[in-house]
Amino acid sequence: MTGNIENPVVELLFQLADDDYLFSYRGSEWLGLAPHIEEDVAFSSITQDTMGHATMFYRLLEGLGVGVADSLAHIRPASERKNSILVERPNGEGYYMDNPQYDWAYAVARNYIYTTAKKIKIDSLKSSSDETLRDAAVKVSMEIYYHLLHWKTWFVQLFNATEDARKRMTTALEKVLADCGDLFSYGEAATAITNAGLIESEEVLVNRWIEYVKPVFETIKVEVPTFGKPQQNGRNQEHTKELQQAIDTMSEVYATDLAASW
Amino acid sequence: MAAVDIMIDQIYKVLDTVKDPEIDTVSVLDLGMVEHVDIDGQQVVIKMLPTFSGCPALNIIKGNIERAIKTVENVDSVEVQFIFNPPWTSDRITEKGKAGLKLFGIAPPPKYLEEDGSWHVECAYCGSDYVTMDNIFGPTACRSILYCKSCKNPFEAMKPISTIM
Ligand SMILES: [Zn+2]
Repeated sequence: MTGNIENPVVELLFQLADDDYLFSYRGSEWLGLAPHIEEDVAFSSITQDTMGHATMFYRLLEGLGVGVADSLAHIRPASERKNSILVERPNGEGYYMDNPQYDWAYAVARNYIYTTAKKIKIDSLKSSSDETLRDAAVKVSMEIYYHLLHWKTWFVQLFNATEDARKRMTTALEKVLADCGDLFSYGEAATAITNAGLIESEEVLVNRWIEYVKPVFETIKVEVPTFGKPQQNGRNQEHTKELQQAIDTMSEVYATDLAASW
Repeated sequence: MAAVDIMIDQIYKVLDTVKDPEIDTVSVLDLGMVEHVDIDGQQVVIKMLPTFSGCPALNIIKGNIERAIKTVENVDSVEVQFIFNPPWTSDRITEKGKAGLKLFGIAPPPKYLEEDGSWHVECAYCGSDYVTMDNIFGPTACRSILYCKSCKNPFEAMKPISTIM
């Protein structure tokens, strides 16, 4: 598949779908572990919405004859995935069933950064040359409105809370930002995707993102970050070993009976 | 009335009996989920708008509609398709739908949002606007949890969903 950009819509859809799929998988691992019950309800609702977005993108791929949506979601190995490195990172030490030592500061920082980046992309997709992408973007946009409110609240409140909270958030944000190099990247498909007018260029979107988060970073008195060149680029199927573990866990049930209707 | 019109009329009547699996006082018509009914001979295609994209009730609704419409006279096959254009927005919920939601203890979505994105909901039980938002996210994707300071009841409200968001 590498380097073969036959259909830029397919390339972009895989990036969007895999991003949301892994992001909601990491979110689902938090179920029952969030700081309080209201947060558990909110976080799992956001996770469910996000899996809905992934489903929508995988179904669009199915519509383009790429494969069955469920298989595209669950069966594709890490070596074929196009998600950003940020969403595949584990929540922390341990396993969600066995002594999870997850870091809430990391969750808040990752979720805020990911969701703001998603908003910038989705806004650009609203004027895509591709009609199905435009329609999907309008749908997603209405739902992430609430996700943005939610993560922004946590992000600002924790940064502006106690000294300890601020220290933990600072560490977490650094860790998140170190993985953001490929967040707005389209990898090897960049030229094909932007030439087709599917979405604006990485550069345009990064600058727009900076403008978008600036007021929030002013509130928390932290300098607005800039993204460096990615060490690994998930868009080019370069991934960490944690990705395959995540896919294996997520597809465990699906793989038991490939013909079943779930 | 032409045969096709009679058929469409009957289909809509049956659609009004297909309830939201989680809120049995409102139908898929009340919620504004039905965008179009296409009839080709004895084949029916119903174009539906999903409320929330991750709503697990969508497949159940699809199955319930297909089963119900098959009972309509002269209908041979039914296909339910979910489409995204136009997008579903909460202002598609009809007056009958809003009444049905209240009956279930869910406040209907507000008609409009304030400029800052906030909104006002009245208590589903006593109608008071002396309420506080407890959690924007509720037990399902489409609902929020609020608390009424007048009658001291927690209640749920449908989230406003609009393309201006
Ligand atoms: Zn009340």
